[in-house]
Amino acid sequence: MADTASNAIPRAAGTDMRSLLRRLAPFFGTPLNAALTIVLLWLMARFGWLLLDWAVLKAAIFPAEPETCAGTSGACWSFVIAKSGQILFGIYPPTERWRAGLVCVLIITTLVASARPSAWRPSLGLVWVGMMVVVLWLMGGGFGLATVPTSSWGGLPVTLILTVFAIGLGFPAAILLALGRRSALPVVRTLSVLFIETIRGLPLLSLLLVASILLPLFLPDSLLPDKFVRALIALTIFAAAYLAEVLRGGLQSIPGGQSEAAEALGLGYWKTQRLIILPQAIRIVIPALTNTIIVMIKNTSLVLVVGLFDLISSGKAALSDPAWPAPSTETFLFIGLIYFALAFSFARFADFLERSGAEKRG
Amino acid sequence: MKDVESQKDRSAAISIENLGKSFGDFQALRNVTLTVAQGERIVICGPSGSGKSTLIRTINRLEQHQTGRIVVEGTELTNDLKGIEKIRSEVGMVFQHFNLFPHLTILENCTLAPVWVRKLPREEAEETAMHFLRKVRIPEQAGKYPGQLSGGQQQRVAIARALCMRPRIMLFDEPTSALDPEMIKEVLDTMIELADEGMTMVCVTHEMGFAQAVADRVVFMDSGQIVEENQPAAFFSAPRNERTKLFLSQILGH
Ligand SMILES: Nc1ncnc2c1ncn2[C@@H]1O[C@H](COP(=O)(O)OP(=O)(O)OP(=O)(O)O)[C@@H](O)[C@H]1O
Ligand SMILES: [Mg+2]
Repeated sequence: MADTASNAIPRAAGTDMRSLLRRLAPFFGTPLNAALTIVLLWLMARFGWLLLDWAVLKAAIFPAEPETCAGTSGACWSFVIAKSGQILFGIYPPTERWRAGLVCVLIITTLVASARPSAWRPSLGLVWVGMMVVVLWLMGGGFGLATVPTSSWGGLPVTLILTVFAIGLGFPAAILLALGRRSALPVVRTLSVLFIETIRGLPLLSLLLVASILLPLFLPDSLLPDKFVRALIALTIFAAAYLAEVLRGGLQSIPGGQSEAAEALGLGYWKTQRLIILPQAIRIVIPALTNTIIVMIKNTSLVLVVGLFDLISSGKAALSDPAWPAPSTETFLFIGLIYFALAFSFARFADFLERSGAEKRG
Repeated sequence: MKDVESQKDRSAAISIENLGKSFGDFQALRNVTLTVAQGERIVICGPSGSGKSTLIRTINRLEQHQTGRIVVEGTELTNDLKGIEKIRSEVGMVFQHFNLFPHLTILENCTLAPVWVRKLPREEAEETAMHFLRKVRIPEQAGKYPGQLSGGQQQRVAIARALCMRPRIMLFDEPTSALDPEMIKEVLDTMIELADEGMTMVCVTHEMGFAQAVADRVVFMDSGQIVEENQPAAFFSAPRNERTKLFLSQILGH
């Protein structure tokens, strides 16, 4: 060992060259590979340059006024800057926008603070319930704040609230459904299967339309929840059904000996599930859960069909201002970037969880 | 008459009468009657599929019996959940495949049930756990995860985990048959120590040396029935039943 190490030092430069060549081999090893590499490099350079030219070099950025964009062939970022408030917060009353902004900060802070496994204790559940209550108060008003009806909510806070509430309420429901589907009681099992299969069989769009159009036909006004709440319920049960099936896969992969050992120690059904089965099952299905949750984050944009102003619809509304040249590519790129940041950071977080779990068990 | 019977139940650790159990059409146990006195050590043996596991698992209700009666430490096993939980917290069980909880450390494996079932304060549960981990001679592994231990070490942790509930009875279902030969001894030694301390034990095992050393009685099962039971010396030297003779010749033959 020591010998090879001391030998390696004088040859360091040589091995560096050689390892570089070895790393390049897959790209240039055969004529075909070399040709493909060169073509791809050329395409990347070409489109990279076009993008750079459009997005940066020729872009109209300051001042954030319609005239700035007039003669340019590049991106009209000044529109996005001027309209960022409207894109981010939709038709929320401009004087109250600080509240909507605070809601976004609050939700994101809570998410980040909950990320470390060491923070996972029962009190975290209380923090979340508290956060949800404060969020609803800030958004909706009352108790000293001006009332803002849900029909005036819009933009990023709507997307965040729908995502966090749908998954935050859907996940516990999914756990119950997944356990119900494996229950020894036939009634519980049948009801869980019926619920899961019905919801999975329907497109989310139709669920949202049922919630917003059909429900008002059957329910008297006094019993009818707010349109926002109806859309949220539709998203929640959709998330619950999908997450339940993902969880069931995890539950099935835990050997029967685990619950036998727990029960033999005197732990009852619920403690066995909570302390032994679910922690293992959830860890196993983290990749599939991540996937479902990311799909749900993006699914929230479908609420625009029932007339709620999420990030995408508020972007569209901003584009309809006749004073501006309506740069839709830039606007949707901006919105896309926000979605990407949300989905990507969640994916990285899930990756971190998976690896920290694997490390522990050696 | 009734009085005499319940008197007997109370003094016996386990009393099984005319037990019957079937899986669908298949009769796994028929008419099994067995009484285990306080402090008694029973070894159950028999060919594969004879119902040994099923019998031992009915004692803590991992399997539900259909006919007959089981009374454990004075509590009859019925559908009453309270009774089942009481019995389970007084009866420890060790499985063939250890069944440790892989997401918890060795120490957490041992403190889980005392904290959540017995409601012991965490420090006290940890003290008890370390006491029993020392007893099975692996206190230095307390912070590791089960996956990092050898099979023999895992099985000793499983024994310690069961002991942490301070059970009055220990059930073993082939605790050494998933182990490499060199690890069998360390587990058997732990079990022998436990027997020496007077623990009531019911062991399904084919370790005949262990049976000879510690068993008060050896029970031989075949086709869901108890075919023969006797003190180990007599059981091994003079089996009465033909099926016992055949079984012993097979198991001692190789
Ligand atoms: N859950 C079950 N469903 C159906 N049949 C079962 C079930 N569990 C056990 N059996 C059957 O009951 C019989 C007795 O099984 P048991 O596991 O008690 O045997 P055993 O004596 O422990 O055998 P081994 O030495 O192989 O462990 C076997 O024929 C088995 O196939
Ligand atoms: Mg068995």
